[in-house]
Amino acid sequence: MPRERSGASSTSSSTTTAALLALLLVALVVVSVFFFAKKTWWFPPAITAFGHEVDAQFMRTLVIVGVVFVLSQLALAYAVFRFRDRGQRATHNEGNQTMEVLWTLATIVLFVGLGVMARNAWAEVHFRPAAPDAIQIEVTGQQFAWNFRYSGADGKFGRLNPKLVNASGGNPLGLDPADPDSKDDLVVPVMAVPVNREVELLVRSQDVTHSFFVRELRLKQDAVPGMIIRVHFTATEPGSYEIPCAELCGLGHYRMHSTLTVMSDADYQKWLKEQAAANAP
Amino acid sequence: MVTHDSEGAHAHAAPTGFIRKYIFSLDHKVIGIQYWLLALFSVFVGMFLSVMMRIHLVWPNAHIPFVENNQLTPEQYLALLTMHGSIMVFMVLTTAPQSGFGNYILPIQIGAADMAFPVLNMLSFWTTFLSLVVMISAFFVTGGAPISGWTAYPPLSALDAIAGPGQGAGQTLWVIGVAIFCGASLMGALNFITTIIDLRAKGMSLMRMPLTCWAWFVTAILGLLAFGVLLAACLLLLLDRTAGTSFFIPGGLVVSDKIIDHKGGSPLLWQHLFWFFGHPEVYIAILPGMGVASHILSTFSRKPVFGYRAMVHAICAIGFLGFCVWGHHMFVSGMSPYSAFAFSLLTMSIGVPSAIKTFNWLGTIWNGKIQFTCSMLFALGFVSLFVSGGVTGLFLAQPSIDLFFHDTYFVVGHFHLIMGVAAIFGIFAATYFWFPKMFGRHLNEGAGKLHFWLTFVGVYAIFLPTHWLGMVGHPRRYADLSGATFLYPLIPVQKFISIAAFITIGSQFIFLFNFLWSVKKGMKATDNPWHATTLEWSIPSPPPHDNFGGHIPVVYHGPYEFSVPGYADDYVPQHLAPEHVAKNKS
Repeated sequence: MPRERSGASSTSSSTTTAALLALLLVALVVVSVFFFAKKTWWFPPAITAFGHEVDAQFMRTLVIVGVVFVLSQLALAYAVFRFRDRGQRATHNEGNQTMEVLWTLATIVLFVGLGVMARNAWAEVHFRPAAPDAIQIEVTGQQFAWNFRYSGADGKFGRLNPKLVNASGGNPLGLDPADPDSKDDLVVPVMAVPVNREVELLVRSQDVTHSFFVRELRLKQDAVPGMIIRVHFTATEPGSYEIPCAELCGLGHYRMHSTLTVMSDADYQKWLKEQAAANAP
Repeated sequence: MVTHDSEGAHAHAAPTGFIRKYIFSLDHKVIGIQYWLLALFSVFVGMFLSVMMRIHLVWPNAHIPFVENNQLTPEQYLALLTMHGSIMVFMVLTTAPQSGFGNYILPIQIGAADMAFPVLNMLSFWTTFLSLVVMISAFFVTGGAPISGWTAYPPLSALDAIAGPGQGAGQTLWVIGVAIFCGASLMGALNFITTIIDLRAKGMSLMRMPLTCWAWFVTAILGLLAFGVLLAACLLLLLDRTAGTSFFIPGGLVVSDKIIDHKGGSPLLWQHLFWFFGHPEVYIAILPGMGVASHILSTFSRKPVFGYRAMVHAICAIGFLGFCVWGHHMFVSGMSPYSAFAFSLLTMSIGVPSAIKTFNWLGTIWNGKIQFTCSMLFALGFVSLFVSGGVTGLFLAQPSIDLFFHDTYFVVGHFHLIMGVAAIFGIFAATYFWFPKMFGRHLNEGAGKLHFWLTFVGVYAIFLPTHWLGMVGHPRRYADLSGATFLYPLIPVQKFISIAAFITIGSQFIFLFNFLWSVKKGMKATDNPWHATTLEWSIPSPPPHDNFGGHIPVVYHGPYEFSVPGYADDYVPQHLAPEHVAKNKS
């Protein structure tokens, strides 16, 4: 709106607008801080040492991010109200080299430092390989189901042959019966692991990209066709946890779902026997 | 720098026929408005798609009159999602800020009579238009639009309809549409870069360019380097789909118990190529908004941009780093964990130039004389949204934390705030600011303010709770909330988001009516209604066909000489010779 730059009417409307915008920014800060502090919507409790480390790193980041967010929004709110047009003349100021250098260095230290601190948790799950005695479970995604393969007593996974895949006929992975290693392989649609034992997952997919996700493990791994990707974890809390698919895989993506049960070692051995019996031809 | 001492090689006479004047025009101003209108149409299409999605998500049994059985299916939800993302990213966020305003304003701001290649400019618009037509036509073929998301990850996007409805003809049209769009963007990028390097008026040194021009310049370079890669990726995907090649499809796949006859491809190859484009694309969408925000904050604070040089360096740093961080989209993809860690540190460092910009914006309005025009309100809103959307990036940039947040609604909230809504606020700020120049009339400020308040509150009401869904681990791209039990308690939050979205989208019609009304009936604009400094305000509103009436201006001042001590007015136009600037009488 073209107007002359002095005059009472533009000053009062500018005060109302400035006050309203400043109030909204303050409200934004209050609402955000309230719900994050109250943890109204939050992660489920972690069940791995790695998960606790991720949560600690999340909290460190949240504090830094929170301070940056609150101070920036409040500074904006303050400036909007304090420097509204009241007929004054603006102060001519083209910048300040010292301040530029200072806040550049400060943000480098803060942000990159935070990134370096996150290294440990990442190294634990991805740089360090699983222990040799970890239980191996093969995880296979296919439209729209998860299948979990246990190697059985021989500790060896049998050969797979894509030509033999027959989901409705009871061979969803195409397990080759001609291979003796496949005889005691157990293929089940749900997953069970013993508590406090390291488990190594061999994540793969048969058709399109899926993603294995267990919130309580703080773990997500895409299942990529043509690749076998290894991740590992040691669950410390018995219980039942959901495995939703986290990568868009087609029309049934939302219902691609399974469960992970963490149980005592005795229960785990019993479970394996029951499943093997139920799967016997 | 080339200077023009005559009307020069780039001047062309004003056409008289309707078709040459308004349809196949060579005038950068008409082309700019054409791009802007294409984006306006597309943004309403995109919003309509999101309304359908939000309805389906929280009221899956709602009666939808114009679809089969009056109910949306999960695959239709995914088709809506794919097309919402594609149309918004390509047809709105890429076209309006860069090709729309860049085309209209850039040549005038640097003192040129037109873009360097007017015919190429016309071609790039009509190629974009063709791409929009091809993309939208995917809705009307057998199987409908693709369901693989705007990221189109193979093998889902590379297989045929066997992988899902929409993965047949619909996906093929999508790939062709995007490839055509890449061609259009490459033409545009070349034109922008050449124009800025070659056609600046005498005195318009690089460090006297408005920050808008710097942003358009760096964005054009990003476009030139990024769209070429996406074009290659799309052609390979098209070959996989139609010619039996296997760039992205590995061997041994079994879909619905059928063996797929491909071998040797890599799904990760697509992800690398796509995100090598996709991450710079985020900056293609947001950099022009940053330029516009700097420009408008300075103008309506009546103060120079704080730290102009630092701002230029930050734009360049963001542009460069933008090419070094694509791997942060792939932390859970199976990529080497060592490169993931490197990508993480590079991503954290892109926060540095972003923070520099934020501090400088605050420095610009500090001690200013803030005038709350609609355009200024949207620029201030841009700063708030940029901060809110930016800080959550610090979580996602850390691979260990991303293991939880990846592909959840936390990511949806993050990128909608920073790449979607902040960029849209940049577009609105630019629209309210330059509308008087483009159409010779003002948008109604009262309606504009109402539009701002509703939109500002609305977008936060939508996208703050979106982050909280992500805190609980809600996976994105779920057509139905019955898929996991931990989603049930989140349904009220989803409903709240849907209602907030309906209100926010509804309030965009205030803008639409304001636009339609003001074009004909708005208050007449003077040449320089905002008392601004850059060259576009030195010529009539709307400008004549060749912008400067054959007299290319000479530039004597930096772009943001506001409230300079000793001068009578609180602004010094760039083209005013020092001896003509009125001094204080003292």
